[in-house]
Amino acid sequence: MLNDITLGQYFPGSSPIHRMDPRAKLILTIVYIVAVFLVKSFVGYAISLAFLYMVVRLAKIPFSYVIKGIKPLRFIILFTFVLNLFFLTGEKVLLTIGPFRLTQEALFNAVYFSLRLVFLVMGTSVLTLTTSPVQLTDALERILHPLQRFHFPAHELAMMMTIALRFIPTLLDETDKIQKAQMARGADFESGNLIQRARAMIPLLVPLFVSSFRRANDLAMAMEARCYRGGDHRTRLRELRYTRLDAVAALVMAVYVALIVLEGHFFG
Amino acid sequence: MPLVVEKLNHTYMKGGPYETQALSDISFTIQDGEFVGLIGHTGSGKSTLVQHLNGLLQPTSGRVLVDGTDLADKNADRKQIRCKVGLVFQYAENQLFEETVAKDIAFGPKNLGLDAGEVDRRVREAMRQVSLDYDRISGKSVFDLSGGQMRRVAIAGVLAMKPSVLVLDEPCAGLDPHGREEILGLIRRLHRESGATIVMVSHSMDDVAQLAERVMVMHRGHLVMDGRPEEIFSRGEELRKMGLDVPQVVQLGEQLRARGYEIPEQIYRMEDMQELLIRLLKKGEYHAQ
Repeated sequence: MLNDITLGQYFPGSSPIHRMDPRAKLILTIVYIVAVFLVKSFVGYAISLAFLYMVVRLAKIPFSYVIKGIKPLRFIILFTFVLNLFFLTGEKVLLTIGPFRLTQEALFNAVYFSLRLVFLVMGTSVLTLTTSPVQLTDALERILHPLQRFHFPAHELAMMMTIALRFIPTLLDETDKIQKAQMARGADFESGNLIQRARAMIPLLVPLFVSSFRRANDLAMAMEARCYRGGDHRTRLRELRYTRLDAVAALVMAVYVALIVLEGHFFG
Repeated sequence: MPLVVEKLNHTYMKGGPYETQALSDISFTIQDGEFVGLIGHTGSGKSTLVQHLNGLLQPTSGRVLVDGTDLADKNADRKQIRCKVGLVFQYAENQLFEETVAKDIAFGPKNLGLDAGEVDRRVREAMRQVSLDYDRISGKSVFDLSGGQMRRVAIAGVLAMKPSVLVLDEPCAGLDPHGREEILGLIRRLHRESGATIVMVSHSMDDVAQLAERVMVMHRGHLVMDGRPEEIFSRGEELRKMGLDVPQVVQLGEQLRARGYEIPEQIYRMEDMQELLIRLLKKGEYHAQ
């Protein structure tokens, strides 16, 4: 039941997309996000879909995985859709339900903004599906490195994120185990009203906090025992290097952005 | 009430990139009052199997019957089943959460909807069963106890549900020798006094040899051996191939046999070996070599 979260679930592989430098992937994803905001019409979304499909095929990930990433956000998307549908005014009325009037402009906007969310999530899913969390934080540290001159704690931040990411699966396992242990003692997490359900969480949360603190303490001790000090003079196990692959990817992305800009010009 | 497992299969993350077959075609029946030791290497599927025994996991295919009730049946009363089959998890002390020992042990019985008097009776009874002094310890915080004591409180928490089958997953893991002895002694007593059916999961051959009347061996999701301890332990070569070992007493027997002493193969209990060695020594046969 805790395995439904695709966003941030790495799909291992050795495709060209997997082998790209994580920094390049991160930057290109940001470029992609900006491009999605520049889309003006459904033609633009069609181009985006074609582009995404190509990348996903290249990454050898089942497209259904990318779709699955949308699932946790379905309510936000639905909310956006409904909100736009009924609270925007326009000229061409299609339908009247009580005080609400559904106009053609509103319908267009509802679909348009919902699709924007869908494409944003799918694009970022491609990043997290093809890049392990450790690679991602590595990339983030390198990208933020120049800011260290202004006393921005890039390394510490990256280390914190790495540790947090490292412990998510552990905590999920632990939650699953404690939940089962309490269920074995007759605990019921699935029925009852909101307050009863919140109360039912106590036997789960207390042990989880206790073990988290213990783990944090152990980890701090283990790091200190190995003289961890953080900071500038640490060498890395995996040096990040840009390759031709990244140059090609950047070029493809440039073509995509150009297409979107042209689309905005002609169909916007 | 027998515990029947029929052609049980379990696959984790079916259809995903990390799909793993944890259990393949497991079948066995456990009768009332049996003491079964379940042995296997890490990742052999022991823990997955025990979670099927009280319906915490649903089979990918196959059936688990407790007292004739199919656990996969949607209409089956889950609380009733979990009350019949008590499961003590690995590192069970990690599940403790209440302010006091007594309150924590009362968690299970309270979930069963029993009245306060009965809950209190069960807490006292469970604490007695795990040799914890009610007057001294029941009001203490669970986090002030030693590791061994916490483990015993956790076991008491399950015993307070009065299960007729008790399943323990690695009950001695991470304890010092003294703590191990205590827990093993307690399990032996439970079995002898109340005649409870016990399934004890372990990777320690010595623990299983001390207690179990029947041994099941799991390897890579398959149930590869099932029989009396002396039968299982006489197959040392096969066990070693699976990364397991035989109990130290059996190892001693093997080595003595290799040097020409007459040690019967069936000996796996410390007491039996002791007796035999004393007899041999008295006869003065150790001068033979």
